[in-house]
Amino acid sequence: MFARVLSCSVAVFFGLAMVSAPASAQDTPRGNAANGKKLFETIGCFECHGYAGEGGNAGPKLIDPPAYPAFIVQLRTPRNVMPPFTAKVLTDQQAADIYAYISTFPKGPDARNIPLLQN
Amino acid sequence: MSLAATKAVAADKAPAKAAVPAKPQTAGDYEAPAQTTEVNSGKIGGDFMVDCLKSLNVDYVASCPGSTFRGLQESIINYGMNSKPEFITGIHEEASVAMAHGYAKIAGKPMATMVHGVVGLQHSSMAIYNCFCDQAPAIVMAGNVGNGTQRRPGVEWAHSAHDQGIIVRDYVKWDDQANNLQDFAEGLVRAYDLATMSPMGPVMVVIDADQQEEVLEPGRKLFIPKLRARTQPVADPGALAEAAKLLVAAENPVIVSGRYTRTDAGPKRLVQLAELLQAAVVDERNRMNMPSRHPLNHSQRGAAMIRQADVVLALEPMDLYGTLNNVDDRIGRPSQPKIRPGTKVIVIGTTDLNIKSNMGEYERYQQADMGIAGDAENSLPWLIQAIEQEMTPARKSVAAARGQKLKAAGAKLILAADEQAAYAWDATPISTARTSAEVWNQIKNEDWTMASEVNFLSNWPYRLWSMEKHYHSMGGSVGGGVGYNAPAALGAALANKEHGRITVALNGDGDLMMSPGVLWTAAHHRIPILYIVHNNRAWHQEYMHVQRMANRNQRGIDRAWIGTTMHDPNIDFANLAKSMGVYAQGPIDHPADLGPAIQRAIAVVKRGEPALIDVVSQPR
Repeated sequence: MFARVLSCSVAVFFGLAMVSAPASAQDTPRGNAANGKKLFETIGCFECHGYAGEGGNAGPKLIDPPAYPAFIVQLRTPRNVMPPFTAKVLTDQQAADIYAYISTFPKGPDARNIPLLQN
Repeated sequence: MSLAATKAVAADKAPAKAAVPAKPQTAGDYEAPAQTTEVNSGKIGGDFMVDCLKSLNVDYVASCPGSTFRGLQESIINYGMNSKPEFITGIHEEASVAMAHGYAKIAGKPMATMVHGVVGLQHSSMAIYNCFCDQAPAIVMAGNVGNGTQRRPGVEWAHSAHDQGIIVRDYVKWDDQANNLQDFAEGLVRAYDLATMSPMGPVMVVIDADQQEEVLEPGRKLFIPKLRARTQPVADPGALAEAAKLLVAAENPVIVSGRYTRTDAGPKRLVQLAELLQAAVVDERNRMNMPSRHPLNHSQRGAAMIRQADVVLALEPMDLYGTLNNVDDRIGRPSQPKIRPGTKVIVIGTTDLNIKSNMGEYERYQQADMGIAGDAENSLPWLIQAIEQEMTPARKSVAAARGQKLKAAGAKLILAADEQAAYAWDATPISTARTSAEVWNQIKNEDWTMASEVNFLSNWPYRLWSMEKHYHSMGGSVGGGVGYNAPAALGAALANKEHGRITVALNGDGDLMMSPGVLWTAAHHRIPILYIVHNNRAWHQEYMHVQRMANRNQRGIDRAWIGTTMHDPNIDFANLAKSMGVYAQGPIDHPADLGPAIQRAIAVVKRGEPALIDVVSQPR
């Protein structure tokens, strides 16, 4: 599927090792970022949030994600129009894997250093 | 001489039968065979129809050929010498009408299309519906062999109807099936008149084959009515004065603009109104209404503006209910108003002057305090005048303070757009923000039109480009019939040709695959346009819809791609375009390659030719 054309740039840069979430460490289960990437690209996360987590008019950015407890609440019982990812279709470990993956998204360059954005 | 007499004379002069000619036959050996087909030396009905089109200053007729209008087609190319109107060869009737849709929004006047009897009209019906939903004028002429005794056996019966109008009557402003040429002339002029009166829309006239091929006897008196010099309806001055009072007294007036702009006066008047009130504008972007980087353009935080408003002024709104309410796509479709209780709502527009019953394009009924019938662009000078009379120094001071806050918030919106555009700047697939920024970098110093709907690119052009002139953008299909963008953009490019203006279409891959033949039309007619294919290899909107159903039903969430994606094999848009004579590059999936590719393509477009770049893109 289309996920196959995804650049390896993000994955290569971070190596997709076991990555812990940056915040609220004691509340954040360890996740497998490599497995999280597979899930991200097959269960629809990228559809609204983009392969790079940049967001758009269909969903907010995932770069610099919220703390894990807020993430899991939004995933299971979304407050907005996001479809729910219940435990029946996505285990807690898989959710942790996805969280580990999105925590690797780079923020991108500073807009002030991009000439094309100085218009 | 009658046909029977002609045959008798020919038989008398026929040479005696010889077993074998003594020498090779030459043209002079035999008399001409009996005439079996009449020939004409005078004017025919189709010529008169061309005169009618010329009287209306119709520049183009887009059409995919069909025998039910062969008479008029021959008249256009021989009697009219294929000039005003010029025959534009379409590859599909839907594309022909969609071209007319885009053309009208840039040219400010309709072009014509011809469609084959019954089958061509049905092909074109989707594009006619889009025109209707978007209130865009188009003249659709449908061939027909109305007299059953004159039809050839077989398919000509399948291509004729007693009442063709019924096929599209739910979504044209008017249709006509003339009984004779005089009737046709009056019907065509009336159709043009109605199509261009607000609310504008498509019209359909039947062009009968007998009338097209009819020989006009010398001295036959036919006349073409003069088109009325049309003015658009202006709102009631008393109602505008009342609206002015509400707006001046408001603490947070908000202006919503939908299909508001018709001419170059549109954006200028809206800016004048917004600055006078120091009111935020939420542009629904159905037309180029409010300059995109004006400090009072707060479209990007439209919902927040609506929630704060105590008076909402809606100018030709497309979906006012949707603007003023939240309707979540959840089980039960829960809805709640965005506006606060007590918020006054004023509507100025013409949509309600042409409501049809069957299709739901008129959207859910939104209650309002004032519904003022009138063309908004034409009515604005009178509203502005009424506001100026109402404005006191104290209210000016309140407005100025409000304006300062809005200006500061507007500046933050621009900075936020730049920051968000940077997030996936170097990502592959290429981000829609990066693509938009790269295109803007190449056209910002040119005269240009962005001729596609870009909500599937997260509206980045509206956020990153400086759109000011009324032709810088033109909204979308409104009807949502996929396959609008590529031909409508080509129609816009056709209108831009005489101005030497660059037309850019950021075109979805699914949309382009609905009518790829437009690429050939672009090449054949040397219509300069740059297609940037937003190639996310999916019908991505539907992908998300199926994902929503899968998550809701909890029976598997990893198969939503089935039936919603276009991969295996990937479509090679560059080679598709090249096969039809269009300069093309791609697939491009590295951001650094995009800028140079666009630069090369723009050079081709400046030479007066079409170009295409296939950009492998992020989903949105």
